[in-house]
Amino acid sequence: MQARQLPSTEKKRYDWVPILLYLGIVLFGWLNIYAACYDEMHASVFDFSRQHGKQLLWMGIAFLMAICVLLIHPRVFSSSAYVIYGIVLILLVVTLFIGTVTHGGQSWIDFGAFKFQPSEFAKFATALALAKTISAIDIDLTLPRTRITLALMVLIPAGLILLQHDTGSALVFLAFLLPFFREGLSHYILLVGVLAIILFVSALLINKFILMGIILALCLFYLFVWLSKRTSRTYWHTAAFFVVCCLFTLSVDFTFEHILETHQRNRIYVLLGKVEDPKGIGYNVDQAKIAIGSGGLFGKGFLNGTITKADFVPEQETDFIFCTVGEEWGFLGSIVLLAAYVYLLVYLIGMAERQRSTFSRFYGYSVAGILFFHFFINIGMVLGLVPVIGIPLPFFSYGGSSLIAFTLLLFIFIRQDADKNALI
Amino acid sequence: MSKQYAHRSGIVKIIFIVVGVLFVLRLSMLQLFDKEYKEKAKNQSLRIITQYPSRGLMYDRNGQLLVYNEAVYDLMVIPRMVKDLDTDYFCRNVGITREDFISRMEKAYTYSPYSGSIFMKQISKEDFGRWENNLYKFKGFYISKRTLRIYDKPIAAHVLGYVGEVNEKDLEEKPYYKRGDYIGKSGLEASYEEVLRGVKGKKVMQVDVHNREIGSYMHGQQDTMPIEGKNLYTTIDADLQEYAEKVMANKRGCIVAIEPSTGEVLTLLSAPCYDPNLLVGRIRGANFKKLNEDISKPLFNRALQAQYPPGSIFKVAQAMIALHLGVITPSTGFVCDKVIGCHNHPSARSVQEAIKMSCNPYFYYTYRRVIQQGKYKNIYKDSQYGLTVWHNYMNRFGFGIKLPTDLPNIKSGNIPDTAFYNKWYGKERWAFTTIYSNSIGQGEVEVVPLQMANLACIVANRGYYYTPHLVRYYGSDTSRNEEFYTKHETGISREYFDIAARGMYDVVHGAGGTAHKADIPGIDVCGKTGTAENYGDDHSVFIAFAPKDNPKIAVAVYVENARGGGGTWAAPIASLIIEKYIRGEVKRKDVEKYYTETNPCQRLPLARRIKKPKRR
Repeated sequence: MQARQLPSTEKKRYDWVPILLYLGIVLFGWLNIYAACYDEMHASVFDFSRQHGKQLLWMGIAFLMAICVLLIHPRVFSSSAYVIYGIVLILLVVTLFIGTVTHGGQSWIDFGAFKFQPSEFAKFATALALAKTISAIDIDLTLPRTRITLALMVLIPAGLILLQHDTGSALVFLAFLLPFFREGLSHYILLVGVLAIILFVSALLINKFILMGIILALCLFYLFVWLSKRTSRTYWHTAAFFVVCCLFTLSVDFTFEHILETHQRNRIYVLLGKVEDPKGIGYNVDQAKIAIGSGGLFGKGFLNGTITKADFVPEQETDFIFCTVGEEWGFLGSIVLLAAYVYLLVYLIGMAERQRSTFSRFYGYSVAGILFFHFFINIGMVLGLVPVIGIPLPFFSYGGSSLIAFTLLLFIFIRQDADKNALI
Repeated sequence: MSKQYAHRSGIVKIIFIVVGVLFVLRLSMLQLFDKEYKEKAKNQSLRIITQYPSRGLMYDRNGQLLVYNEAVYDLMVIPRMVKDLDTDYFCRNVGITREDFISRMEKAYTYSPYSGSIFMKQISKEDFGRWENNLYKFKGFYISKRTLRIYDKPIAAHVLGYVGEVNEKDLEEKPYYKRGDYIGKSGLEASYEEVLRGVKGKKVMQVDVHNREIGSYMHGQQDTMPIEGKNLYTTIDADLQEYAEKVMANKRGCIVAIEPSTGEVLTLLSAPCYDPNLLVGRIRGANFKKLNEDISKPLFNRALQAQYPPGSIFKVAQAMIALHLGVITPSTGFVCDKVIGCHNHPSARSVQEAIKMSCNPYFYYTYRRVIQQGKYKNIYKDSQYGLTVWHNYMNRFGFGIKLPTDLPNIKSGNIPDTAFYNKWYGKERWAFTTIYSNSIGQGEVEVVPLQMANLACIVANRGYYYTPHLVRYYGSDTSRNEEFYTKHETGISREYFDIAARGMYDVVHGAGGTAHKADIPGIDVCGKTGTAENYGDDHSVFIAFAPKDNPKIAVAVYVENARGGGGTWAAPIASLIIEKYIRGEVKRKDVEKYYTETNPCQRLPLARRIKKPKRR
């Protein structure tokens, strides 16, 4: 029926690879949630008072929604992109006023029977709206006006989420750098970002003046050893670069002491090994490492974890769910899960590249970016590689809002891919 | 555009793969090469033992101990750790039945199978001592030391308040508390909770598979010492409190006694009183239920929460406001024409006489002049203006506001304002004739007994008061709460209060005074009686201070449904309190005996008082 309306005569074909990967990850995730909150007294799979029972319910809803999305015409999403974006913005504002506070973040709307987290839905709504804007025929990405519009479209939801004190979810919006990068964002911006992180961390670890000395030495090395030809322009550029780096280094202390909150400071210090915080967040990371490390090559086996079972790791079934994988399924199980994620991500990029419309391609990159950001931060945090930022592992962590939102995010793209030759 | 940057998809894929490889390397480090984590996991069975600080003690104003603690033991259990238990042997030791054991275990399981929860609460030192040596045989069980409140003298229950287990609401709002913790529920225990409780400490112990403690975790780095609760030094006079409770033992009502020069509450009781020891420990639940269901409401703190009609004691404040506004002079007289009911007495020729004889028509006319001052031609507007002025002055007397004392849940009473009557009757639908009952402390006026005692303080101080309070200082820091020692001025001239004091002196001593029963030979008692009408028998009210000059004590006595006026019951009882405080003992043994043993209120009023303005 719908095929006749499309410019292409090709029949729609769903790509089963991401769907199967998705199903595999969700089901494996549920097994681990079940293990994480398992005890003999409540072993029933369908105990809806327990988290594993509730997650089953969420999964049912998510699957239903996925099927619905696959049946809807893809143009519905592109044409209603701004509407969805608007609704989510309104919900985010509403949350600021009536939201309930959990773990210090005011990001939940309480409906009594269940709670709903609008910030989870802000991600795909923003992705849709950006894709819509950028796929307009008369768009000119070189205009500063366009760039500012696009930046604001990302920053407004991110800012609202930041106001809810949900720093983790706000940071996720950095993921949109990826689709922008694909659409032509200068790679210098990414390099500057990486440089800023390196400088920030170094400034915390070593004396600022030594650091500035090192930068100076590097600049001199670049000027007089590396370069064979020197013009007055290269001198000026190098000097400017040095000054900016020094200013940034000097501003780190201020940012750190006055802009970040105490717990954020602690998380960074713990990661850098500058303070021991065995009671607070350090305990969490420490226990996570112990849980994973004790898993060994083959793991202790399903439901046999001792550390994760004995409530040693807080947030066991949400943000720290990867511990259970590490402890019970061991190195091999963990590798399989990591491989599944990386394969899905790489595959999504491939899918995005084969789209005919800019809308679908941009959206595809957004999906990959958001999933990658979550994957990178969550696993990195559990493994003690990045500071503790409480965001869930996509499709895997316990939580209805996040599971449903990620499912929508992914399946909208799968639906678009089924009509990849259409100009949506 | 789409082709121009297509090569960047390769860069993105490489980033994804590099991150994946990085994670795998890190995992292999953690899981395959580093043995440290496996070793740690082995020792990972930790037991967190909460160390409870002992709760602060409370002393009276003379250093007498009011509340202290006794050690008891909670038997804790970690259900998953219970292994090879000889249940019968265990039950015999601990002293419970098999069924009891099963239900307690199930409860612990639902709380958490992996962390400790209370199996049996508050086992006394003696009971625990009997099977202490067998504890090691019960794997998964351990002991946590707690303290319970003990009261040597069974007094001041309403002031001290009681301690109970935290409820769901506390757990949600205050993250400090964990299930099973104790929290002050009422009285000083509640208002000084954070001072009294101290800070919990914890000890993290490693236990081996056999649940034996094998030492501290991470060399005790995570352990914290409990910080003991601070002691409260209260303003209560324990001897006076005990005496007052004895006098009120068979009555309903309350007594509040305050030192006027500081605002320190000497005695505060609500009768019937109860023994605070009843609400401690394992007997607490059953006793609480009994007290809660008692028709005479022993748990209700009348001194702060009962909003009574004040009756004639209110006339003192009325007179002061009228004098201050200039609507009467000290020598204004009104004929006792029985415009509202009054007893037989000669007409009052001055304010002093009016207070002495408690003439109702006098205050009817006085109040009319306050309410209808003639500022507006329209009688309704005039009344609105007058009521607003009057209301503001009443607030300065501490009426109609919540006195910022340090006991929780105090009521404000009611001093009606224009909004109140506009809502009731409609705007410009009421005037003096609608509301005249207020003039004699009836009608819509309601006052809590603490405010009555405060009125006595204001006259004693000739025009100001300090917030009545119950704690001088706590812990080792003897500095006092500045707020409690700030003067609250009524703004009314001292000479008018001298008139009130003389009038109140005459109430007790003068011919035609209404409270001769309050006379104590050798002490100049000043007082004012009140008889508060309500739907049962009249309440008997008396406020007093003594001596007349440099008063040491101000007191309010309220006896519910005592047949007879303020002079019959409340006045002599107040005199006993004053004599006890000033002399240390009561010489008038016959008076003491009669008023202690006789019960004026034989029955409770059948109908509850219905709040409704009187329309006449």
